[in-house]
Amino acid sequence: MHPYIEVRDRYNEGRGLLSNSRIRRRSALAALGALFFASCTKRQAKDRRLAPEFSLKDADGKTVRLSDYRGKVVLLDFWATWCGPCKLEIPWFMEFERKYKDRGFAVLGVSMDDDGWPAIKPFLQELGVNYRVVLGNEKTGDAYGGIEALPTAFLIDRDGRVAFEHVGVSSRRMFENDIEKLLEAPAGDKRAALQ
Amino acid sequence: MISKSYWKLLPAISALLCSSPALAQTPVLTVKAPAGVVVKKGQTVEVKVSAALNAGFHLNSHTPTEDYLIPLTLTWDGPLKTVDVVYPKPQMEKYSFDDKPLSVLTGQFSLVTKFEAPAGVAPGPVTLNGKVRYQACNNNSCFQPKTVPVTMTIQVLP
Repeated sequence: MHPYIEVRDRYNEGRGLLSNSRIRRRSALAALGALFFASCTKRQAKDRRLAPEFSLKDADGKTVRLSDYRGKVVLLDFWATWCGPCKLEIPWFMEFERKYKDRGFAVLGVSMDDDGWPAIKPFLQELGVNYRVVLGNEKTGDAYGGIEALPTAFLIDRDGRVAFEHVGVSSRRMFENDIEKLLEAPAGDKRAALQ
Repeated sequence: MISKSYWKLLPAISALLCSSPALAQTPVLTVKAPAGVVVKKGQTVEVKVSAALNAGFHLNSHTPTEDYLIPLTLTWDGPLKTVDVVYPKPQMEKYSFDDKPLSVLTGQFSLVTKFEAPAGVAPGPVTLNGKVRYQACNNNSCFQPKTVPVTMTIQVLP
């Protein structure tokens, strides 16, 4: 459930106790919140663009291309070992990988560490990361609009299009809702996702 | 009472919020070295470099609490010897993304460097090139490590 829906629900539950002016004020605030989230979300859905292709190496030196994942819902997570907020999300993503992988879902981590694999490998081992991680670079970041803040995660639909973008720590529930919606939408059907 | 015109403004306000530069703001550290510093040959001098980080951000102190965090550092290149760099006393702050408080700096602070003018250095002005390296975050994001150059001229006296 998106936060604005929760705001709306809480508003509906409590409206019997409120005066008309307070109801209108709260209603306006809830609507503002809804529009804030919805317009950000809808803009992503309406203007859905093809996720930029890349070719990067994983920890074993194997080449990984985004197009290898076509037909799957992909959570593409830009992160770094020095990023505290990224560490908060990684266990969620590990759980999503376990929970949804049989339904055509995959997490793909893109590390933006300048120090490369010597910094990344021990970190992945320590956390027991169960999904694939590749080493990113500035070119890849630029292709995704210039990754300034970490974590930045993109949810990519089965057609390889960016359905959602989360900048900074997001809510686990929001990720799960969006993943579920994208998994329910068959490839080629762009109507179901995030409507 | 909320007028109908207010409701009409909501989509515009929402669009503004979504595209607001404030939401996409990045950390900026400004660093300033003092002018008019003098030191006699063979003696030492302490120089205070002022730094200011824009509001809403914090950066890791020189002694972060976690191994994986990138510390604040100041390094110098030039004809004077860097004897010591004294970093500001950090604050211990708790953030929602970490269980433990983090050792950080916010707002304005100073970095003090003790230089020694070696006996062999020629009297006159010398240029020192410094680099302040930091990695900053806000409440829910972290930003790529950055290096800010700082240049200073010190007059060496005979």
